[in-house]
Amino acid sequence: MRPRVIFFTLSTIFIVYSFSIYLKPLSIGEDKRFNEKQAAEGHLVWQSYNCQTCHQLYSLGGYLGPDLTNIISNPQKGEKLVRVMVKSGTKQMPAFSLSDKEMDALIEFLKSTDASGIADPRKFKVNNFGMIEGNENK
Amino acid sequence: MKINKINIGNIFLLSALLMLVLGLCFGLLAATIYIYPDFLKQQIGFISLRPLHVSSAMFWIILGATGCIYNGMKIYITHVKTKIIGIIQWILWLVAIAGIITSYFIKDFGGREYWEFNAVWALPIAMAWILFLINFSSLVYKIKNWPVYIWMWLTGILFFLFTFTENYLWVFSYFREHFITDMTIQWKVNGSLVGSWNQILYGTAIFLMDKISNTKNSGRSKFAFFMYFLGLFNLMFNWGHHIYTLPTEKYIRYIGYIVSMTEWAFFIKIVYDWKSSINTIQKHYHYFPYRFIMAADIWVFINMGQAILMSIPAINIYTHGTHVTVAHAMGTTIGINSMILLAACFEFLNFNTVDNPKKRKYLNVIFWVLQVSLLLFWLSLNIAGIQKGIWQLSANQGSYSKMMASLNSYFILFFMAGFGLMISFSAFAFLLIRSTLTRNNLKNDEE
Repeated sequence: MRPRVIFFTLSTIFIVYSFSIYLKPLSIGEDKRFNEKQAAEGHLVWQSYNCQTCHQLYSLGGYLGPDLTNIISNPQKGEKLVRVMVKSGTKQMPAFSLSDKEMDALIEFLKSTDASGIADPRKFKVNNFGMIEGNENK
Repeated sequence: MKINKINIGNIFLLSALLMLVLGLCFGLLAATIYIYPDFLKQQIGFISLRPLHVSSAMFWIILGATGCIYNGMKIYITHVKTKIIGIIQWILWLVAIAGIITSYFIKDFGGREYWEFNAVWALPIAMAWILFLINFSSLVYKIKNWPVYIWMWLTGILFFLFTFTENYLWVFSYFREHFITDMTIQWKVNGSLVGSWNQILYGTAIFLMDKISNTKNSGRSKFAFFMYFLGLFNLMFNWGHHIYTLPTEKYIRYIGYIVSMTEWAFFIKIVYDWKSSINTIQKHYHYFPYRFIMAADIWVFINMGQAILMSIPAINIYTHGTHVTVAHAMGTTIGINSMILLAACFEFLNFNTVDNPKKRKYLNVIFWVLQVSLLLFWLSLNIAGIQKGIWQLSANQGSYSKMMASLNSYFILFFMAGFGLMISFSAFAFLLIRSTLTRNNLKNDEE
């Protein structure tokens, strides 16, 4: 088979696969546990203060600070601790001066990550095919 | 100087070498924070140093890859003249890099991990890449029967442009409102972008093999094409192995898992086939390009083993989110991409030590400092990662800060090895830049 044919065939499959992922939000219903619009703004706050440089979500991100996916529902941490830590900083983490609107949006974003699933590897299971399970929506 | 007399490929290679030196300096400063947590905290901090390091390192690879294609085309099609769009492409990169570095220093963030700068600076990069695609297409459209490296270069250019655009879908709230889909796209992009520049660099490695051995064996064989399509298949579909722990659609994770298992295995065979065909005289004449490709070959082997193991979900559960992932990322960026780029710099910038055994001996020492430093660097990160993995899965976890403090001795080794990398890479970069400027290698030979 000519290289050109293989290239175009693979590329077409890739484009279809990509769009099937882009269109996925259309089939997802509204989650009542957080405000989606505010969470989307909070995602921008997360990016504009570069939180990902030190922190992870689902173990993806930086390595200096802890994973924050489920910090909101953690009984020893939660929303109040996030608000205090962001304002006061720690030995490594600088203090950030977020406006009230930005802070509320960031909290809403962290509520959305918390509602999306479980990131603690201790809760994961490996099925018969060797794939990870147990991270699905709570 | 007339535009058509400028050797645009070498200008890109020189710019890439400067980004390499910058990236190493920022990297060493960032690594210091692992040992002294409040180092430069008030002045610049890890929040700026990490993106400064990562972006500089990525620009070393991307600008270097661009330089390799321009130089490769200049050799493949003789008498290629530099066009104005090539110069505009380079100027757009300069504008983007200046803007991005400033954006990090003044903490004007906004982008995703690895691309944390204000999104406005993505525009000159996208424009530069569109010009690159136009320029490259205008050079290759008349060529019949492309060797595999031209296919790989075109693939790298096209898919970089596609995934770089995809990287900014988050600007639409439609995507941001659905966190899991958004993060799935983010890691689809990260996986495919790396695949794109790997296509360019592996294509360059095959081009160099043909050039050094003075044959067309590597670039025309059916096996090379098979390997290329396997690489393309992986670029398109293996990125799911980054997000096994993300509760995205199961089929995405299974596709990533299955495709990953086909990864890289054939690249090594091509290199070995080539190695056996090269004779002593050729090795002697192309001494450092040969050595760096051989080093890349060994690092492919090490990193391929690690990548395949990490792509098995049952193992990934232990390594994901730990420094093992960093060891793999650094191992491939430094061990494979940078070794191929240095081989290309020695070859394309015409740096030859054939008449100067003393210089060759001195460069050999630096070569080994580089390889040993990289090995220690890789080992320290892997050991730290394994320790973190044990902590992650232990029933009675202590605090995160205590766990990080317990890794301090590995971070000291990581810092020292990083220092060795900085010294050795900078020495190579300095020699290559000085020799190019001294011999006025920024002009086209044939003009």
